[in-house]
Amino acid sequence: MENEITKEVSEVSPEEEKTTEVEQVEEVKDDTPVIELRGISKHFGEVRANNNINLTLKKGEILAILGENGSGKTTLMNMISGIYYPDEGQIFINGKEVQIRSPQDAFENHIGMIHQHFKLVDVFTAADNIILGDKILKVDNRKVLNSYFSDYRGSISSAKEVRDAALNAENPEARSRIYAKYLMKRQRAYLKVAIKTAVMPLLRFWERNKFNYLARGRIEAIQHYIKKFGFDIDLSKKIYDMSVSEKQTVEIIKVLYRGANILILDEPTAVLTPQEIRKLFDVLRKMKEDDKAIIIITHKLNEVMEISDRVSVLRKGEYIGTVNTAETNYKELTEMMVGKKVDLNIDRKDPVDPKPRLVINNLTIQNNEGRKVIDDISFTANGGEILGIAGIAGNGQKELLEGIAGLQRVESGEIIFHNPKENKPVTFFHNDIKQIKEKAEKGMFHYPDGTPVVLKGKSNGEIKKLVNNEQILYYENEIINLRDKKPREIQELGIKLSFVPEDRLNMGLVGNMSIVDNMLLRSYRKGKTAFLNRKRPKNLADNIIEELEVVTPSDQTPVRRLSGGNVQKVLVGREISSSPKVLMAAYPVRGLDINSSYLIYNLLNKQKEKNVAVIFVGEDLDVLLELCDRILVLCGGKITGIVDGKTAKKDEVGLLMTKHVGEENDSTQENNEVEEVEDNGIKQN
Amino acid sequence: MFLVFLRSAIRLSTTFLFGSTGETITERAGHLNLGIPGIMCLGAAGACVGEEAYLKGLSDMSQANGFAVVIIGILCAMLFAGAGGLLYAFLTITLRSNQNVSGLAITTFGVGITNFIIPQVDVTGFTTVVSKAFTAYAPGADRAGWFSDLFLTYGCLVYIAIVLAILVAGFIKRSKQGLSLRAVGENPAAADAVGINVIKYKYIACIVGAGISGLGGLFFIFDYLGGNWEYTIEALGWLSIALVIFSVWRPNIGIAGSILFAAFYILPSYVNVPFQYRELIKMIPYVVTIIVLIAISLLRKKELQPPASLGVPYFREER
Repeated sequence: MENEITKEVSEVSPEEEKTTEVEQVEEVKDDTPVIELRGISKHFGEVRANNNINLTLKKGEILAILGENGSGKTTLMNMISGIYYPDEGQIFINGKEVQIRSPQDAFENHIGMIHQHFKLVDVFTAADNIILGDKILKVDNRKVLNSYFSDYRGSISSAKEVRDAALNAENPEARSRIYAKYLMKRQRAYLKVAIKTAVMPLLRFWERNKFNYLARGRIEAIQHYIKKFGFDIDLSKKIYDMSVSEKQTVEIIKVLYRGANILILDEPTAVLTPQEIRKLFDVLRKMKEDDKAIIIITHKLNEVMEISDRVSVLRKGEYIGTVNTAETNYKELTEMMVGKKVDLNIDRKDPVDPKPRLVINNLTIQNNEGRKVIDDISFTANGGEILGIAGIAGNGQKELLEGIAGLQRVESGEIIFHNPKENKPVTFFHNDIKQIKEKAEKGMFHYPDGTPVVLKGKSNGEIKKLVNNEQILYYENEIINLRDKKPREIQELGIKLSFVPEDRLNMGLVGNMSIVDNMLLRSYRKGKTAFLNRKRPKNLADNIIEELEVVTPSDQTPVRRLSGGNVQKVLVGREISSSPKVLMAAYPVRGLDINSSYLIYNLLNKQKEKNVAVIFVGEDLDVLLELCDRILVLCGGKITGIVDGKTAKKDEVGLLMTKHVGEENDSTQENNEVEEVEDNGIKQN
Repeated sequence: MFLVFLRSAIRLSTTFLFGSTGETITERAGHLNLGIPGIMCLGAAGACVGEEAYLKGLSDMSQANGFAVVIIGILCAMLFAGAGGLLYAFLTITLRSNQNVSGLAITTFGVGITNFIIPQVDVTGFTTVVSKAFTAYAPGADRAGWFSDLFLTYGCLVYIAIVLAILVAGFIKRSKQGLSLRAVGENPAAADAVGINVIKYKYIACIVGAGISGLGGLFFIFDYLGGNWEYTIEALGWLSIALVIFSVWRPNIGIAGSILFAAFYILPSYVNVPFQYRELIKMIPYVVTIIVLIAISLLRKKELQPPASLGVPYFREER
């Protein structure tokens, strides 16, 4: 009995799926756009995130939505995917007006969104996450009932045959015998029906759950999509063990598994390496061939040009226009996006009097698994110079910077910091009167006008007065080994790390605190009283908001409510503002639009002019070549070369990025990577 | 002697097991209900009110049907406790108030209202008719042999608690709804994005969880205490919450854990210790819970950690 129902149900589901698919294809056969937005508006408090947006998406095309940070791209897409509900306007799917009030509604309209911050459950496997909330395999009540009735009818009719046989029997004895048989058969039929009626709810429950939700061909269904679009994923892997790219793959399979025909990807490339981006684009193209409609939110022009068919541009919540990718160019798109002509040149001045600031000797760092991520490297970062670090992501950049900042344990080697202290007043905090006298005799001190201090013949009182009036100054080139210092000590020495991690909010800023309070985080220890002084942090916050054009309702807004790019501006702005001596910036423009990126580059240049040693880890080779004075190339935790930023060629750096020193075994892979790097370079041109 | 001790421990463990099974369901949905002590009291009070009404309706106490007594007790306990859970759910899900504060408020409220209700309940028949119905065991079993004594001679609620714990554990681990429930507790935004009705899941988890916890109070009054009222349910409620941590959010582990907790709880009455050290022994379950907390932190195994969004309110349009 149980088997019968099981069979019936499992036969039903694939058919159902097929029919729905056929219906969808019919629906969009004509030229109606799959999505049409008319006059969509959305406000958050006083911030107008979207104002009167119109948009169309056709079947089998890739539409890029281009716009700066905070231009309302994500908000708009969230309204299509049911996260937000628009204040005004209409949404049409395949020509029919729909209300999308929840993600469930979006799925019912075959819309799937891959969010920038992945919505995955960490402790689940990939398969669990894909199946989660799955409603595709429904038990068809009508079919189950039909099978139940046919069973019943069959039993009764076979019983009736016996009864007829009994009626036709000649011999009364035989008749009564056969009639008794009929009665028994009828009874059995009734009993069967009764049992079925009683057990059916349980069976149905079993059927829905199987007490293992991975059963019932769900894995097979997932595998189908994996094969179809050429994904590379291990379904039994836990999410917390996955790389960003793998997580993204899970997200994409998840929406496909739910039958999405319209895919929305929110900045899918922001956290991927060039190779991963290429893989993703291959998948997107396959989906396009499969007649899926795709929206990709981005602000990277080269990607827009490469992958999209049409481009819609948003600026400050307004819809600017849509152009065909083939008929446009970088300049036009940039102007549409920014609204004014932007000067995209980085003003690189020659370094003035570069002196060694940070000297790294034979540094080795191991990761948790005991693998050398930084392998015996030595280099010098000079003050007044920007040292670029190039390399494919994951080749030790992160570990190197964290090692310098004291956040990673250093296995061996030295990190020497030359700390120039110029014209610092001598204090009794560091020296007593006797020491001051001795040091003055050695000629270590000078007056503000530069003449050496002579203390002979002066009374202690006079010396005290001089010291207290900060008249005695000294110059000292302090040499400090940072290796055994604590992170806070290193920070107080003026070595600042502005690391932009994959998840911006987790490292460096506190999401629930306002911009002002996040500024305060850096400086509250310097306070002299028990109470917080918010005045200076507030000025600083206001400066950053103004100079870096942070889009925010006020300086009291919690940081987590800002858009991703704006969060980053706050973070980078704060680190730069603390007048560092060494500024390490890792991917400071990741996820930022062109305008903001150039703001950051200019800030770094200003720091360089202030004689700061700037270490810049970048992804875009063009920018590295334009911005940096010297470029250090990391590959496999080793330095494969240090080149001059002015004379180096992109191909040269690209080659260095994939040159494994002393490792020839995986030469085929290297060649592939070389190609990719070069390709990437060409794309950016 | 040891047999008596073990039997008593298994009996008392039922209170903890109901409490922790219910609380586990609630916590798996991301809600830390510190109101369990109050909700257990509410469950006991509800059962008392229900039984009183039932017995009053009969012309003669001896007419009482044991089966009806049990069913009425269970239903009323779940109704009252579920109402407590509904209040908690409304506070923490709809109004998004702080879960710890709301939970503690529910405890105070539950204990208070129970202290108000109980003196007004007519307890005639509780120690005889009602208690007899709850402690009645299967006709074939008797307390002669040690096996039968230890395994077969408990009231029905003991077996219900164990079966329920196993069912809930299976539900959480294996069923699709269980997967959704876990997702709601781990990452409600992810659950929401795939179309799971997060609010519905949270409400159901809070109400059902509270309802099951309330049975702990019912059992304690009518089975363990034999129908006498005693104001110790609250302490048992806190132990139930500790048991959830001990069982690392798995009710099947909770079965063994509850017996262990109960054994420590009653140990002072069975061993000869000076009076001042009794409370120290009663405290051992809390120490064990702290050790478990230390162990799961040291293990760093993500599967053993509490649900990731435990205590965090969820609002879809939050940025």
